[in-house]
Amino acid sequence: MIKINNLHASIEEKEILKGLNLTVNAGEVHAIMGPNGAGKSTLSSVLAGREEYKITDGSVEFDGKNLLELSTEDRAREGLFLAFQYPIEIPGVSNVNFLRTALNEIREYKGLDAISAKDFMALVRQKTALVGLDSKLATRSVNEGFSGGEKKRNEIFQMAMLEPKLAILDETDSGLDIDALRIVSDGVNSLKSKDNAIIVITHYQRLLDYIIPDYVHVLFDGKIVKSGQKDLALKLEEHGYDWIKEEFATRK
Amino acid sequence: MANYTENELAKDLQNQEYKYGFVSDIESDKIPIGLNEDIIRLISAKKNEPEWLLEYRLKAFQIWSSMKEPSWAHVNYEIPKYQEITYYSAPKQSKKYDSWDDVDPEMKETMKKLGISLEEQKRLTGVAVDFVMDSVSVATSFKEKLGELGIIFCSFSDAVREHPDLVKKYMGSVIPTTDNFYAALNSAVFTDGSFCYIPKGVRCPMELSTYFRINEGGTGQFERTLVIADEGSYVSYLEGCTAPQRDENQLHAAVVELVALEKAEIKYSTVQNWYPGDKEGKGGVYNFVTKRGICERDAKISWTQVETGSAVTWKYPSCILKGDNSIGEFYSVAVTNNYQQADTGTKMIHLGKNTKSTIISKGISAGKSQNSYRGLVQIHKNAHNARNFSQCDSLLMTNQCGANTFPYIECKNSSAKIEHEATTSKIGEDQLFYCMQRGISEEKAISLIVNGYCKEVLNQLPMEFAVEAQKLLAISLEGSVG
Repeated sequence: MIKINNLHASIEEKEILKGLNLTVNAGEVHAIMGPNGAGKSTLSSVLAGREEYKITDGSVEFDGKNLLELSTEDRAREGLFLAFQYPIEIPGVSNVNFLRTALNEIREYKGLDAISAKDFMALVRQKTALVGLDSKLATRSVNEGFSGGEKKRNEIFQMAMLEPKLAILDETDSGLDIDALRIVSDGVNSLKSKDNAIIVITHYQRLLDYIIPDYVHVLFDGKIVKSGQKDLALKLEEHGYDWIKEEFATRK
Repeated sequence: MANYTENELAKDLQNQEYKYGFVSDIESDKIPIGLNEDIIRLISAKKNEPEWLLEYRLKAFQIWSSMKEPSWAHVNYEIPKYQEITYYSAPKQSKKYDSWDDVDPEMKETMKKLGISLEEQKRLTGVAVDFVMDSVSVATSFKEKLGELGIIFCSFSDAVREHPDLVKKYMGSVIPTTDNFYAALNSAVFTDGSFCYIPKGVRCPMELSTYFRINEGGTGQFERTLVIADEGSYVSYLEGCTAPQRDENQLHAAVVELVALEKAEIKYSTVQNWYPGDKEGKGGVYNFVTKRGICERDAKISWTQVETGSAVTWKYPSCILKGDNSIGEFYSVAVTNNYQQADTGTKMIHLGKNTKSTIISKGISAGKSQNSYRGLVQIHKNAHNARNFSQCDSLLMTNQCGANTFPYIECKNSSAKIEHEATTSKIGEDQLFYCMQRGISEEKAISLIVNGYCKEVLNQLPMEFAVEAQKLLAISLEGSVG
């Protein structure tokens, strides 16, 4: 699905990613954990195509294509979805209008006809139910006046609507209480299939109790320094990141 | 609404001809340049006008001669040379093309994006098409229907001939010739315009539109519009055209007067897209318009405008709330790009008791343009319990453009309630990125965000007008983020 090879990226002359390697296959869930400042959010921004970041080395292959050559919108149209850590408000633009525009742009890119109003509304009903989003929120302006939990749920709703091949959840658990966390996680789990993949970026292992990862990676100082399975997340929870830092320091 | 989005509406529009309109003869002869009493006599004679109208013109000319061009607006431009203008010619110098192939491709492209049908595109650009028969028949049935209700909707010249009493009584009653420099000039030399009268208690069953007629006959440089809504009547009036208007006339000084008698309501919507000049700021129309309405008791006037054109705009559609309980509203979107300059806003003059006014102004500045809101809320001493709410928002698309807000408030009655809110924001990189991450192109993203920002105003427009206005906003702002 995605193959990241020796990725180096910097912002304002400061190198953040320093040779990151990661391969994710269809049907897998990968968790990326790491202390603050390790480069977790940079990774999601770079993959989604934020222009402030400069790629200085490495390659990213997404579904057989060179991801780094694609524009932000084409990456999305190819099936890359980012659930934002801080979803953006767009006053005056209804959620459904926003999503319909997005969906039709993606369909046009794939050479499909625009979705009919009837089919679209049916899809909205189906997916709001799936992620437990209050259907009133679907017709309100994008994220405007939403609570923190509603915003995160709205991200998952958008993911459900757009059916991406690869979804990157950037600290989706931050700011969620335990009930909201369960609802969001249930939504994500119900969207999981053998044809898509999910990268969960998180600071805490709490989320991983609900979205069970196949692999857990530790990102530190711009690189993946350790990979393992679910038990690695538990170890991090128990011992913190200090032992990783120490291990890393001695290796240097 | 959710299941009926812009694209679908656009498609509907594409397949729909403008429904209403009529054709007026186009005068094509010219007179010498410059302005003096003889020229005015000549204009009046050519139009076969009655003596009283000639005198009205001459008086206006004297007043104008003693006036100076106003300079308080936040705009810079070269003052037109008034003695080098031809004051009587075909109302509009719209370029005629011999064949469709000769039409500027850029203009064709714009019209295509606006979703204007090919037939209509040809007509707008003045390419000779065999279309007139059809429109005459449409116009006739339209006029018959209005006639049954006693509604008068005709050119100003026709009104002078056929309804002189109404014209005499109301012309200049809202905007006297002495009002300002451009209004005085217009009063002296206006060539034509539109006239509308809705009788007592009649609700006009359709949107009255100058649309069609303007496209056909062309706007004059000095247009004059008079709308009278008699007691208890209602009319929605649309002015303007969303198609690109390439006009050789540089100076436009129109006058629009609205009279809403007791319990009457007038909704006046404008979409203006005159040539704004090129990317370097050369050329373009100066749009110096005086628009004002007067409300008698329990009457309501609502102005809605979407302004994207003209090099320089100087325009303040206003309401005189004379009668008790009368209501004035002003909803505006003004977009400036490249080197455009706009100084626009409104005046709400509260004279009667319990009068209410609402002002919603949305300015969007792009390129190196300057966009100013200028508004006056005046509460006179007898206007007990007057209320005003003003909201002026500015959206900046680049770092080189400017937005200004000049709100004036004069209050002479302590029972009045006046609220003013103003915001300035820059279009967010984050918003754009968010849209693009969902697969939406930058162009569409800008259009979404800007339309969302203007929603309160666009919602006031009649449906088909709103859709074209949305597209117009998108076109005006193409590639403008920086």
